[in-house]
Amino acid sequence: MHYMLCFRQTLEDFARGDDPAQAQAYWGAWTAYVGAIQATGKVVSGNGLQPPGSAVIVRERDGRRQVQDGPYPDTHEHLGGYFILDLASVDEALEWAARAPCVTSGSVEVRPCLPPPPSRA
Amino acid sequence: MSAVPRPEGWAHAERAARESYGRLVAWLAYRWRDLAAAEDAMADALLAALEHWPVRGVPERPDAWLLTVARRQLLQRARHDRMAHAPDVLALLDEPDAAAAEAAEIPDDRLALFFVCAHPDIPAPVHAPLMLQTVLGLDAATIASAFLVAPSAMAQRLVRAKSGIRERALRFEVPERREWGARLPAVLEGIYGAYSIGAQAAGADVQVAAELPGEALALARILAHLAPDEPEVQGLLALILYCEGRRPARFDAHGRFVALESQAVGAWDRGLIDEAEQRLRAAARAGRQGRFQWEAAIQSAHCQRMYGGSTPWPVVASLYGRLVEVHGTVGAAIGHAVATAEAGAPEVAIRMLDALPPDAVKSHQPYWAARAHLERRLGRDAAARDAAMRAMGLTRDARVRAFLQSTFGVTGAA
Repeated sequence: MHYMLCFRQTLEDFARGDDPAQAQAYWGAWTAYVGAIQATGKVVSGNGLQPPGSAVIVRERDGRRQVQDGPYPDTHEHLGGYFILDLASVDEALEWAARAPCVTSGSVEVRPCLPPPPSRA
Repeated sequence: MSAVPRPEGWAHAERAARESYGRLVAWLAYRWRDLAAAEDAMADALLAALEHWPVRGVPERPDAWLLTVARRQLLQRARHDRMAHAPDVLALLDEPDAAAAEAAEIPDDRLALFFVCAHPDIPAPVHAPLMLQTVLGLDAATIASAFLVAPSAMAQRLVRAKSGIRERALRFEVPERREWGARLPAVLEGIYGAYSIGAQAAGADVQVAAELPGEALALARILAHLAPDEPEVQGLLALILYCEGRRPARFDAHGRFVALESQAVGAWDRGLIDEAEQRLRAAARAGRQGRFQWEAAIQSAHCQRMYGGSTPWPVVASLYGRLVEVHGTVGAAIGHAVATAEAGAPEVAIRMLDALPPDAVKSHQPYWAARAHLERRLGRDAAARDAAMRAMGLTRDARVRAFLQSTFGVTGAA
């Protein structure tokens, strides 16, 4: 089964990555975590994302388009990256979620993926 | 809700109610032959108690009070579906006077409850959650967080286990003594599993840390009280007491992780460790060794520093050797390797780690932490850093992560 782990961080967390005094601890933790997951050979895909300020948000309401600069306004926790993992059970996915450096200030959402739509050959 | 003050005496009422919980669930489940129904009835009784006791005071015989209410609940349900129950069971509960009389001396059936929770027909991962729920009354959501399982999934597993007990009519009985060899390890394993999970979660979740190790210790104490002559039961209690005694020293005043050999002996709980020593000595007198007594003996050796000595690493290494013989887990093998290195043979130790199956250690944090430590002892700093990096990526504890990062100089660059 494929599970998605969505890593959510606060804006303060993102700022730590740019702060010379904290950057090493911050990136060290993430590099170690990503390395440990990759060593399992269970990674289907995954990416880290640039900070939420780099986002552009697009909406259309009543036929009117709205384009807005990030960060996405209605949340304290912003998507910082994700993994899709091929795991035997949701318990295994929770195990990896609990190890993520962002759990102490942000959160990790674990969701099973839908099966891919039937291909039209 | 939190603005509503709890009435005076609430804590006292809660304590009195929880003391009775497991014993009464065991008693009711034994007679009613339905664990889930017994628990529901007890939950109602507890709720009523927490409503009445803080106001009117805890009754003279709290057990009798709770049991009367719980029986009333069960009876109401039974009248509702009378056909479902055997007449003799109903008759037993249908006598109101008998209830009060019997309640004065409620036999302690909790040992039977332990054995049914760890029955071979119940999946092993559910043993500890079931014990925590039925013996101590922990709720499914708390148990789920502790065991890192979705609350809905945990609730479902518990319900399924309990209906399995009912449908297969598993007996609420203490097995014959000669069967203990086959049945007791599952009970002990369940309790120790709960303890380890709780102690491990200590960094990640303060709430879990505060609760689960203490609850597991409570289970071990109850079991030791019920089976005083069983050396492995006493060994398990000793083991948990040693670990609990040292737990406060795992982090310093600034919340930084402190490795066992650097822990300040003054921060250990001497009372718990003294008690552990007594339990272990009493267990050893029976002359029947086992996994938990070996594990406790290892902890005893680690605690020698408290009595003025230094850690006798060769003794620790040979105790681990015995443990590996009777209980050859990856964890025991890692402990064996580390003690062997400390006793002066790091080359032998690293070969012990190399011999472990790669799939078993790939995502096992203690293996990588031990590996980092041993590689450094051998002067192989790059290999030590790589291993420390893996250990950092696998820990759930931010404080352990910070410790590894500073100790091994891991930087953000891969």
